[in-house]
Amino acid sequence: MEFPADLKYTNDHEWVRVSGNEVVCGISDFAQSELGDIVFVELPQVGDEVEQNKACAVVESVKTASDIFAPVSGKITKVNDVIATTPAEVNTSPYENGWLFAIELSNADELNALLSQEDYAAQYAKS
Amino acid sequence: MSSGNPEKTALYAVHEKSGGKIVDFHGWLMPIQYEGIVKEHQAVRERVGLFDVSHMGEFTIKGNESKKFLQKMLTNDLNKIKDGQCLYSPICYANGGIVDDSIAYKINDNEWMLVVNASNIEKDFAWFEENKTEDCVLENISAQTGLIALQGPESEKVFQKLFGQSIDSIEYYHFAPAELEGVAVTVSRTGYTGERGVEIFCQAENVVWLWEKLIEAGQEFGIAPIGLGARDTLRLEMKFALYGNDITDQTNPLEAGLAWTVSLDKEDFIGKAALVAAKEAGLERRLVCFQLDEPGIARHGFAVWNETHAIGEVTSGTMSPTLNKSIGLAYVDLEHAKVGTSINVEVRTRKLKATVVKPPFVENKTK
Repeated sequence: MEFPADLKYTNDHEWVRVSGNEVVCGISDFAQSELGDIVFVELPQVGDEVEQNKACAVVESVKTASDIFAPVSGKITKVNDVIATTPAEVNTSPYENGWLFAIELSNADELNALLSQEDYAAQYAKS
Repeated sequence: MSSGNPEKTALYAVHEKSGGKIVDFHGWLMPIQYEGIVKEHQAVRERVGLFDVSHMGEFTIKGNESKKFLQKMLTNDLNKIKDGQCLYSPICYANGGIVDDSIAYKINDNEWMLVVNASNIEKDFAWFEENKTEDCVLENISAQTGLIALQGPESEKVFQKLFGQSIDSIEYYHFAPAELEGVAVTVSRTGYTGERGVEIFCQAENVVWLWEKLIEAGQEFGIAPIGLGARDTLRLEMKFALYGNDITDQTNPLEAGLAWTVSLDKEDFIGKAALVAAKEAGLERRLVCFQLDEPGIARHGFAVWNETHAIGEVTSGTMSPTLNKSIGLAYVDLEHAKVGTSINVEVRTRKLKATVVKPPFVENKTK
C-alpha cells in the first residue's frame, strides 16, 4: 500500500497535495482498497464553498456509498471530470488520475491539523 | 444469529488465508470479497465461481405427517414435486407477511429438508416449532451441514472432472446423492446467480476438503472464490429476492412478484386467508425492476417519486457489473409499476430519472 511522502492525510482517509494557496484532494490507497470497486463519484461544483471536516463529495463502490470530507475549508477551484466517466481511476490511481477536487485555502492554519505521511501510514498501512 | 459472538463457517480460516475481506453479515463472519466484487461477478458470468454458503440453515422434517406440516407452513404446493425434486417457497405469517423464503427438498413423502436464510435460522426454527401440531420430527441440522455453490458456465466442466458425471444428469431444481473419494454429498441443481451450476451439501467436517478439491479441479477453468458482495450483484441482476431487503415481514409474496410460489388453491396454509383477501382487494404496490437514467446509485431505503409525490421505496440497488448500468428493485404504487413508466429515485439531495424495466436485468441461463 502506497502513501506518498509529499502528501498530508486525514483520519477520514483523504489526502491533500499543497501547492501555494491551492490544495488538490483525493482519497488514500487505504480508502480505495477498503471501498472496493468504485463505480460512481458525486463531486462538488466549482465555486462551492466547503468547510473543513464537512461532507462535500460521495464516492460509491459496488457495495456502499461513502462521504468524502473536505480536508480544509475554502472554495472549490477544480473538479476531476475524468472520473465522472471512469470512476475506477480512483482505485487504480488514487494519487494521480483519480484525484477528486481542488480547494483554494481560506485558512492555511488548517493544514496543521492534517497528518503527516509517517503518522498516517503508522495507523493505516496494512502491507 | 442475532446475539452474542458472531458465528463462523468451517471455511472461515480458508477465507482468511485466501485474502477474503471478512465482514459481519447478520451475525456471521463471512468474506464480502476476495479480489474485488466486479472481478468476482465477471468470473461467475464468464467462467466459474465457488461460494461458501454454509451459513445457510437446514432443517429436516421427518415422519408420517411431515408433508402435511410443511404444506401448512409453506405457501407453495408440495404436490408439484416428486422425490428428488426441490421447490422454492415463501413462509408466511397469518397476515401474509413473509417469515422467510426457502427451498424444500423432497426425499420422500415422509422425509424433507428445508434450506432457509442464515439470518433467520433461529426465528424460522422457533416459528416451525410453535406451529408443529402434526406428528413429525423437526431438526435443525444447520451447524453440522456444509454447503458450497459452484456456479457459472464452466461449472459443468469442474463438476464433470471431479464427480465423473454431467451436471445435466440432475435436472434443474432436482437433487441427487453423489460420492467423492468415498465421501457422501448431496448435489442440487440450484443456485442464486442465474448461471448453470450446482450447490453441494456435505457434512460440515468435510467442507474444507470439498472446497479445496473444487478449487484444485477448477484451476484450469479459471475458478475463483466469490464473496457475498458479488453474490448480491449476481442475484440482483436476476431479480432474485433477498430476504431483509426485497421481502420482509412487511411485504407479502404477491406484491413481491412471487405469486407463482403461492398456491391459493391449496387446501390451507398459514397466511392463505390474508393473501386471498389481498388478491381480491387488488394489490396496492408491486416490486419492480428499474434502471437509473442519470448517474448515481440507488440504495436500500431511498424514496421513489413521480413528478410530485412519493410513490414507493427502493429495496435493493447497485451498479450492474454485467450491464455497467445502475439498477435496482423498488416497491411502487401499482399505477407506476408498468414496464416503461418513468419514475424518480431520490438519491440524497437529488431526484434522478429512472425507468421501470422488465425482469430479469440479465438473461437467466440457469437451465
